[in-house]
Amino acid sequence: MSDTHAPAHRPQDLDDAIAGGVGESPLRPDGTLKVRGDFAYSSDLWAENMLWGATLRSPHPSARIRSVDIGPALRSPGVHAVLTAEDVPGRNLYGLKDIDQPVLAEDVVRYRGEAVALVAADHPETARRALDLIEVDYEVLEPVVDAELAAHDDSLPKVHPGGNTVRYQPIVKGDPEVTADVVVSGTYTVGMQDQAFLGPESGLAIPAEDGGVDLYLATQDLHTDRKQTAAALDLDPELVRMTMSGVGGAFGGREDLSMQVHVCMLALRTGRPVKIVYDREESFFGHVHRHPAKMYYEHGATRDGDLVFVRAQLYFDGGAYASKTPVVVGNGTTLGVGPYDVANVSIQGWGMYTNNPPCGAMRGLGAVQPAFAYESQMDRLAEALDMDPVELRIRNAISRGDTTPTGQVLDYPAPVAELLRRVRELPLPEAPAAGAEPDIRDLPGGASNTTHGEGVVRGVGYGVCIKNICYAEGADDFSTARVRLQNVAGEPLAMVHTAAAEVGQGLVTVQQQIARSELEVERVNIHPNDTSVGPAGSSSASRQTYVTGGAVQAACRAVRERLLAITAERFGEPAAELSLSGGKIVSRESGVLADIAEVLGSEAIEETREYHHRETFPLDERGRSERAQVQHAFSAHRAVVDVDTELGLIKVVQLDCSQDVGKAVNPESVVGQIQGGSAQGLGLAVMEEIQVGEGKIRNPSFTDYLIPTILDMPPMNVDVIERGDPNAPYGVRGVGEPPTISSTPAIVAAIRAATGRDLTHVPVGPEHIIG
Amino acid sequence: MDFLRPAGWSEALEAKANHPDATPIAGGTDVMVELNFDHRRPETLLDLTRIEQLREWSRTERNGVPTVRIGAAVPYARLIEELGTTLPGLAMAARTVGSPQIRNRGTLGGNLASASPAGDGHPPLLASNAEIELESVRGSRTLPLADFFTGVKRTDMAPDELIAAVHVPEGTGPQQFSKIGTRNAMVIAVCTFAVALHPRRRGVGTGLGSAAPTPRSATEAEEFLAGALAEDGQWDDPRPLPASVTERFGELVARAAAPIDDVRGTAGYRTHALHVLARRTLSWAWDEYRSGTELSGRQRCA
Ligand SMILES: Cc1cc2nc3c(=O)[nH]c(=O)nc-3n(C[C@H](O)[C@H](O)[C@H](O)COP(=O)(O)OP(=O)(O)OC[C@H]3O[C@@H](n4cnc5c(N)ncnc54)[C@H](O)[C@@H]3O)c2cc1C
Repeated sequence: MSDTHAPAHRPQDLDDAIAGGVGESPLRPDGTLKVRGDFAYSSDLWAENMLWGATLRSPHPSARIRSVDIGPALRSPGVHAVLTAEDVPGRNLYGLKDIDQPVLAEDVVRYRGEAVALVAADHPETARRALDLIEVDYEVLEPVVDAELAAHDDSLPKVHPGGNTVRYQPIVKGDPEVTADVVVSGTYTVGMQDQAFLGPESGLAIPAEDGGVDLYLATQDLHTDRKQTAAALDLDPELVRMTMSGVGGAFGGREDLSMQVHVCMLALRTGRPVKIVYDREESFFGHVHRHPAKMYYEHGATRDGDLVFVRAQLYFDGGAYASKTPVVVGNGTTLGVGPYDVANVSIQGWGMYTNNPPCGAMRGLGAVQPAFAYESQMDRLAEALDMDPVELRIRNAISRGDTTPTGQVLDYPAPVAELLRRVRELPLPEAPAAGAEPDIRDLPGGASNTTHGEGVVRGVGYGVCIKNICYAEGADDFSTARVRLQNVAGEPLAMVHTAAAEVGQGLVTVQQQIARSELEVERVNIHPNDTSVGPAGSSSASRQTYVTGGAVQAACRAVRERLLAITAERFGEPAAELSLSGGKIVSRESGVLADIAEVLGSEAIEETREYHHRETFPLDERGRSERAQVQHAFSAHRAVVDVDTELGLIKVVQLDCSQDVGKAVNPESVVGQIQGGSAQGLGLAVMEEIQVGEGKIRNPSFTDYLIPTILDMPPMNVDVIERGDPNAPYGVRGVGEPPTISSTPAIVAAIRAATGRDLTHVPVGPEHIIG
Repeated sequence: MDFLRPAGWSEALEAKANHPDATPIAGGTDVMVELNFDHRRPETLLDLTRIEQLREWSRTERNGVPTVRIGAAVPYARLIEELGTTLPGLAMAARTVGSPQIRNRGTLGGNLASASPAGDGHPPLLASNAEIELESVRGSRTLPLADFFTGVKRTDMAPDELIAAVHVPEGTGPQQFSKIGTRNAMVIAVCTFAVALHPRRRGVGTGLGSAAPTPRSATEAEEFLAGALAEDGQWDDPRPLPASVTERFGELVARAAAPIDDVRGTAGYRTHALHVLARRTLSWAWDEYRSGTELSGRQRCA
C-alpha cells in the first residue's frame, strides 16, 4: 500500500478484531443541553449594538436587471446600509467547484430566490420593510426548466455564457454493445429533496479593529467558507476569522455559502456587528437542495441471473449554479450500477444548469438517485427471471477483489452479500393477533382514522447500496488536528483543536474518545472549532471520523512520542520500550515508571498533524481511474410496508438495516446515524419533495414540505458489522450516508410488492398508488 | 403593535368595538404563523386568553334538543378529554389536529374564525348541525355554521364581532371523522369527511373539508341515505347496508365536492378519496349503530 502523503497515515491490519479503548458510547457533551432547549445555536447569537441584516431576493427564475433603486430604502428610518453588487469589495463570485455564483446579482438573475441586495437596520422588521422599498426593474426572461432538454437542445437560452452543461461524464467498461438473454429497462425520476435542517442559516459578523472581521456562524466547513468569503471581501484570509457557533443540522445544505459574505459586507460597511437569520421560507431559497434526476436504465442478464450489462443515461438538474453538480455527476456515474459486479457498463451522466433552484450537496450525494433506479431495476430483473430479488442481488454482489466500473479494484472488505443475508434474517414484525382491533395509529393514515384495515395490503422490499466515502477523483482530502497535553490542576488534560464541524453527527465525542484512548488520559477537552487551526474539510461525504479522526490520532501519537522521549531520557529507558496506560507511563522491562502528570510537570506538549487519506485520481474520458474513490461503504435495508391500496396511503411498519461500518468508534452514535439516515431515506420514499413549477418553489414551508414524524418512522432492527478497512484509521468506514440511500428503494420495493404498481418516481404519492 | 388584554368578555367586546381592525388571538397557532410568515401585520392584537368564560363548555338545551355550548377558546385537548363521548365526531377530528402542543393551545373558535377550507373542526360541526354564536356590543346572534363561511378564509363575522361559542346538538347516534394527509400525523388535510347518524330524528349529517372553497355538507348524500334507511326500515331493524347504498352514498359525497389541484393533492384524488372515506365511515358508523352502541368513539386511541 503506497502512502504518498504525510507521515500521519499508516496502513493497519484491522481486518478482523479491532482492539483499543475506542468503541465505547459515552454520552454527547451537548446532548442534555439540546434536549432541554438550552443549547445556543448560531441563530441565538447576540452582540451589543448589533444590527440586523436582510436579503432581497429575485422573484423571477430568469430575468435581466435593468436597474436597482436603493434610494427610498436607504432613506427609511432605522436603515444603516443598503448594498448591491456594486458594493462587493472583491470578487463577486463564489462556488465550491466552479466559481460561478455572484454574491449579489449583477445584470441577471438565474433563479427565483437569488440574492440581489442587502439591508442592515436596527430591527429585523425595519430591515424587512426596507427590502420592500428597493425598486428593481426586471426584464423577465423565459426560464430553462428541463435538464434533459437542456443537455440536448442547443436552441435553449444559455443559463451561463459557457453553455448549460456543468459536467458530462461517461463510464465505459467492457463491451458496451453486448447483448443478453433477458433485458429489462425503465425510466426513473427523483424529486427535489430538501435537507430540512431545523436550525436556519444564521451568522453574526463583528468588524475588527485590524480591518478584518470575525464571523460566528453555523457551517459545515470553516476554511472553505473563509476562502470564498475573503476573496469576495478582498481581504487576506487571515483577517477573516470564523468560529463555529451551534449548528442545527446540515446534511449538505451548509456546504455552500449563504449569508457569510452578505453579513460580513454589512458589518464592514456599517462598522457594527450585524446578524442575519433566515426564516424557514427564506431558508428554502437560501440553500441548495438535492438534485432531481431523470434516469434511463437498461439491465441485461443471463437466464441464470448473472448481470451481463448495465447501460444508463442520468440527467441531474443542477439548477442555476454549479455548486456540487460536478461531484454529483462523478458519484452518480461511478456508482451507477450499484454494489454489483458488472462486466459491461455504459453510463453517461449529465449535470445541467437550468433556472431551477440550485442543487448541491445532500447526504448520499449523487448516489441516492441512481440507487433508486438500479434497485428498482434489480427488482424488475428478478421478476423477469422469476428469481428471488435478494438472491439475484447476492448472486451479483460486488466483493473484495472485484473491479468497479471505473477499473478500481476493491482492496478492502466489501461484504455486500453478507449484508443482504443478514438483513433478511432480522426478525419480521409480528402479525397482529387474530381478531384484535388494530390501533389506528399502526395503520396507514395513522391518527387520521382513514382505515380500520380496509384496503390494507402488506409488502416487503429490499434495497442495498454503495457510497464512496471522503472526497474523490484526485481531490487532496485531508484534515488537521492540534493536540496539546498539559497539566491542569495537577492532572493531565488533552486539548483537541480542529476546524471540523460538529453538525450533530457526534464528532465532538469521537475526537475525545480517540484522544482518550491514544493518550490514556481521563480528561480531554475540545477547543471550539475555528480557523486558527488548519483546515479539516467539510463535514460531508461521511468523512470526518475517517480524516479528522485520523488527524487526531496522528497528533495524539506525535504528542505521545514526545512524552515518551522525555520519559526515556529521564529514566534512561529506550523509548521503544515505553507505553501509556491508565494515566501512567509503563516500561516493558520495569513496569510503571511514573504518572503522565509527573513527567509533564509544567511543560505542555503540543503537536499539529495533517491526515491525508490515500491518493485518488481523476476519471479519464472513458471514466477509468486506478482509484477514483478512497473507500466504499455499503448498507442493506428491508422494509415492511402497509399500503392502503384504495387511498394510496402508506405506513412503513418496520425498517431494518444491516451496515458495515468498519469500526464503530461510538456504537450508539453509529446506530443513531443509521436511524436518522433511514428516516431521511423514508422521507424521500414517501413524502419529501420540493415542488417546482416554472422555476418556482411551490411549498417553501414545513406546512407543505413534509418530513417524517414519529408516527411515520417505524422501529428499526439495526445490525452493525465491523469489517475493518485496513487503509483507514482504526479501520473505520463512513457511516452517515449509506442508510439514507438504501432505505428509499427498499421502501418503494415494499410498496410495489403490496400494490403491483410500477412506481418509477420518488417520493411515491397517493396518486401513484391508486393510479 | 398594540397588545390589548381584556380581563373579561364585555371588556373584550368593547375593545373590539373600539378597534375593529384588531386581530383577536386565542391559541395563536394560526395568528403567530401568519405573523412569522409576514402574511399579516396587525396594528393591534386582542388577546382572549384571560377570558375565563370563553374556556368553558356547558350542556344546555336549544329548541328542545340537548346541546353542548362550547366556549370559543376551548382547546382541542379538552374537546378530546372532556367531550370525547358526548361529541365523538368532533373529538375524533380534534385528535387529528396538529401535534400535542397544537392541540393544547389551538381552539375551536380560532379554527372557525380562520375559516380555512382545511379546518378540521368544521366538518364534524356541520355533520352535527352546529350553530355559531357571535357577539358584539350591539348584541348577540346565532347562525347555522353553514351560513357562517362565506368564502376561502372569509366569514360572515362583522368587524366588531367575536365568536362567543359554538352550539353542538348532542349526538344520538354514531359519528365518524376521517382525514386524508400524506403523512401519518401533523398534516394539513388533503380532504376530510365527517358523518353523523341521527337516529332520533332519523337524519344523516355530513361535512366535507378541503374539498371546496368553504366547508360544506353533502346534502344530496344525506337525503339519499336518510331516505334509503327509512324506506328499508333500517332505523328500527338495522341490517347490513347493501353495497349499492354505501356506494351511492360515496358517489353523492364525492359529487358534492368542488376540489382544486394544489401542492397537497389533485382534485381527482380528492374526489376519489372522499368517495372511499364516505363509504368507509358510513360502514363503521352503521356497524356501530347495528351493534347497538348509542355513541361512537369508544375511542380506539387515547
Ligand atoms: C403545526 C401546526 C399544525 C396545525 N395542524 C392543524 C390541523 O391539523 N388541523 C387544523 O384544522 N388546523 C391546524 N392548525 C391550525 C390551527 O392550529 C387551528 O386552526 C387552530 O384551531 C387555531 O386556533 P387558535 O386558538 O390557535 O387560533 P388563533 O391563531 O389564536 O386565531 C386564529 C384566527 O381566529 C381569530 N380568532 C380567534 N379566536 C377568536 C374569537 N373568539 N372570535 C373571533 N376571532 C377569533 C384570530 O383573530 C385569527 O384570525 C395547525 C397549526 C400549526 C401551527
